[in-house]
Amino acid sequence: MEYTAGYYDVAVVGAGHAGCEAALAAARMGMNTVVFAINLDSIALMPCNPSIGGPAKGHLVREIDALGGEMGINTDKTFIQIRMLNTGKGPAVRALRAQADKKAYQFSMKYTLERQQNLDIVQEEVVRIMEEGGKVKGVVTRTGGIFYSKAVILTTGVYLRGRIIIGDVNYSGGPNGLFPASQLSESLKDLGFELGRFKTGTPPRVHKHSIDFSKMIEQPGDEVIIPFSYTSENIKREQVSCWLTYTNKNTHDIIMENLYRAPLYTGDIRGVGPRYCPSIEVKVVNFREKPSHQIFIEPEGLNTNEMYIQGMSTSLPADVQIRMLRTIKGMENARIMRYGYAIEYDYVIPTQLSLSLETRKIKGLYMAGQINGTSGYEEAAAQGLIAGINAALMIKDREPVILKRSDAYIGVLIDDLITKGITEPYRMLTSRAEYRLLLRHDNADLRLTEIGHEVGLISDDRYKKTLEKKKMIEKEIERLKSIKITPTEENNRILEELGTAPINTPFTLEGLLRRPEMDYEKIKALDKKRPELPPEVIEQVEIMVSYDGYIRRQIEQVESFKKLENKKIPNDMNYDMVYGLRTEARERLKKVMPCSIGQASRISGVNPADITILLIYLEQQKRKKAHG
Amino acid sequence: MKDEDTIAAISTPMGEGGIGIVRISGEKSFDIARKIFHPRSEIKNIKSRYLYLGHIVDPEKGYIVDEVLTSFFKAPHTYTREDMVEINCHGGVTAQRKILELALKLGARLAEPGEFTKRAFLNGRIDLSQAEAVIDIIRSKTERALVMASRQLAGGFSEKINSIRSELLNIMAHIEANIDFPEDDIPEADPGKIKGEIIKTRGQIEELIKNTGSGRIMREGLSTLILGRTNVGKSSLLNAMLKEERAIVTDVPGTTRDIIEEYINIKGIPVKIIDTAGIRETSDLVEKIGVERAKKYLKEAEMVLLIMDASEEITDEDRSIFEMVKDKFTICVINKIDLPEKIEVKELERLLPDKKIIRISALKQQGIEELKDEIYNSVVEKIGPIDENTIIAGQRQKKALEDAEDSLSRALTSMDEKMPVEIIEIDIKEAWEKLGEITGDTVSDEIINAIFENFCIGK
Repeated sequence: MEYTAGYYDVAVVGAGHAGCEAALAAARMGMNTVVFAINLDSIALMPCNPSIGGPAKGHLVREIDALGGEMGINTDKTFIQIRMLNTGKGPAVRALRAQADKKAYQFSMKYTLERQQNLDIVQEEVVRIMEEGGKVKGVVTRTGGIFYSKAVILTTGVYLRGRIIIGDVNYSGGPNGLFPASQLSESLKDLGFELGRFKTGTPPRVHKHSIDFSKMIEQPGDEVIIPFSYTSENIKREQVSCWLTYTNKNTHDIIMENLYRAPLYTGDIRGVGPRYCPSIEVKVVNFREKPSHQIFIEPEGLNTNEMYIQGMSTSLPADVQIRMLRTIKGMENARIMRYGYAIEYDYVIPTQLSLSLETRKIKGLYMAGQINGTSGYEEAAAQGLIAGINAALMIKDREPVILKRSDAYIGVLIDDLITKGITEPYRMLTSRAEYRLLLRHDNADLRLTEIGHEVGLISDDRYKKTLEKKKMIEKEIERLKSIKITPTEENNRILEELGTAPINTPFTLEGLLRRPEMDYEKIKALDKKRPELPPEVIEQVEIMVSYDGYIRRQIEQVESFKKLENKKIPNDMNYDMVYGLRTEARERLKKVMPCSIGQASRISGVNPADITILLIYLEQQKRKKAHG
Repeated sequence: MKDEDTIAAISTPMGEGGIGIVRISGEKSFDIARKIFHPRSEIKNIKSRYLYLGHIVDPEKGYIVDEVLTSFFKAPHTYTREDMVEINCHGGVTAQRKILELALKLGARLAEPGEFTKRAFLNGRIDLSQAEAVIDIIRSKTERALVMASRQLAGGFSEKINSIRSELLNIMAHIEANIDFPEDDIPEADPGKIKGEIIKTRGQIEELIKNTGSGRIMREGLSTLILGRTNVGKSSLLNAMLKEERAIVTDVPGTTRDIIEEYINIKGIPVKIIDTAGIRETSDLVEKIGVERAKKYLKEAEMVLLIMDASEEITDEDRSIFEMVKDKFTICVINKIDLPEKIEVKELERLLPDKKIIRISALKQQGIEELKDEIYNSVVEKIGPIDENTIIAGQRQKKALEDAEDSLSRALTSMDEKMPVEIIEIDIKEAWEKLGEITGDTVSDEIINAIFENFCIGK
């Protein structure tokens, strides 16, 4: 029997990384919010690797933090190792990557949710979405509870019709031994949504005491800890190491001999898997000439002996898993605690959403995370945050937050999903961002704090601090530009000591800093009266001066990109009425329903002539309107 | 789509007369025109809609390109409702192209097909009821331009572009794999190697700039080789077409010792005619050099005019020449039809089954016009109609190639300045995208695909 269980502003279905951000954002924006999980012990679960961040993903975490999300803060609270990656490359691709204590991460996030005002947490499986007249009305749970709400955010992860596959064994299930959500897919289909099916996988977990680390290479954390969140200060923490070892010919032989039992090759797995996260059997088959593959042993937490075998993702049968593991140096006596598995799940073809993450079909229904075909905790959290913010803004009758490709990695992520569609689980990569030099992890606060403040997730105090930082950076660059160093003997002696060419004509400090061999610290010798500045301000000054030419070029590109983004296409555009469009373009446009000329131009199958025709049509409509 | 910038194009179809208009529209159009147009008498205040006589002068090199009539049209009373300039020139295809090139160099952008009309409409110059007609114009112009562009891609050109692109793609994929998967076991891309690759690809692009499709034909002329046994009248034919005595014409075999190149304009198509020493086995060393070169030219020529003597029978020497031009695009010209005919035309047709045969007398100036028509038609058959689209397609390719070259040069400078890889990659990517504009491949997913194809990702 169904009963009325409550009235809410926002209902969030699923409490993984997307669901947590969505629920927190909505509640913090004053929405009366409820969040559901099939099992409350699975809140903020990390069913795959224990790490957060890395190139592009670390950028996402910083952006989430700048917008007032929780992932960065929660990672800082619970990491057991942190490293800055790509330090040998430039500032645009440097990124943080942390190993989290999985359980601590979960408990900490769950506790944050529990303490959040306006937020109810309920252990229930949602089985149906209620809709009326193209608007969402709420959700129904398996026990018959009707939760009325003005907005529903689906963050169902890999639970939708989840199927676990290990060798020739397969059964319906969610991640990590949890129950799947078997009914919600039907409800989505009934509502007219088109679903697809993806696959992902995870490696075995091995008992620490069965591993001989002396045969492996230690990978310690960084000595100087740089946190994810702009709010975290001076973290001092003992860090734990990860370990590196390699597969070898014996490992590969066992895999090849047992390929006939690998579901990926027998046809048992039909869902499309991610290329950047291939299982070990795929790596061995596709790169036969490679004599070994890296295997990282990563601790799952401080209070557990489970070790995550990064690089060994597999759906081979259990007996093969143990045999191949034991061929690896240091793993000769490995004891598996959890076997690796593949999981297939339903996702919703994301071109059915608009850039606000609201579905175009049903007003008030939002989707975020793996249900949109992405993979990764960070990608999920980023979408969850945006969906939470936009659900709240919709209820407040305010315009949604839509980040442009030139604003944030989050903007690239969402635009890719909605405009281009996907053919495999989507992972954020820095190479997907056209304006990578502008979207650095070090300036996420400068880019996005304002937006976070405007929607109400960033405090006045924090916003003020960011504005001050911005001002300090600008002022310091101006100052460096205004100070001229004359070619005196004394100055040229200093320059030569600094290992740079002497000058014949006056040079500004900024000009000297621009030299590849110079940095802010070095020019101090010529800059006696410099102000005391925080290191993060100096970092920005150095980056903006050193890469000035390239930064300016990208800013120019962004300007012309924005012109097209700002040419809006009305929501109710009827492409059948547009004379002269090619059929292919017409179909694609109808499918995606872009909101701007810029977005339309990124749809594959829409060419420049089609765009011109659209412009002419829009102008025609505008003039018709003007003439009454 | 960048509506505020200034655009330029050649806007009249070109005929033999060679009168054409270069049009410039947009904010910078007056500026640009003033930099290249030198009026006969000084202009104090430009009068709108007034014809000024003067010269177009290359501002860098200082030479006169053409004598022209220029009119300035002040916004909003113009076709596009923007400031516009029209330059009427006489110097034929080459002059028009040069003027357009100067305008582009000074900051104008090559207009998209139908873009003047599009602007006219968007700026309210064209009535609402004509929107559909406007769309038809744009559609048809675009399609013609596309056909044109794809024709120009024939002849191994697009393969060359694709191979350069795939080399750049491999460099990028390696850099990107290092950036996005720093802990995977992928060797760091070696800067020395990247530099070498960039220098190599830049060289290939330079080569292409010198040598692109029918754009190149319009720029350098269709290279046409006059071939035939000694003393069949090769030089006389050249002279008849040029209507001037240039090559030395005598009755002594082997007078034309060197290769002679001449340009003639056939209905707007520049044709570069190469006259060779008669091809025959010879013991004379100097003569021999000429023959060797002729064979080399044959390899490079795009068209052959094979000359036969109507007053003589087909010789073994002729037959060996037939063999040489078997796979060449060839027009067979029977010269000396003013003399008693001895040539077996039936036999000739049999020996040259797929070649056109034209009968002329170089001496009496007979059949020269027919020959010119035939050359024109053959070229049109090969590269499509010669109109402003031809030029623009060629121009567009050249611009894209030059931009790609610039980007790679910037990448090299930045490498010397020890800029980080992701900065270098910006320039490499720009070059790759510019080349993609030529072949119409601009899908950026290619980089990501290349990463996964080239490297074993997934730590």
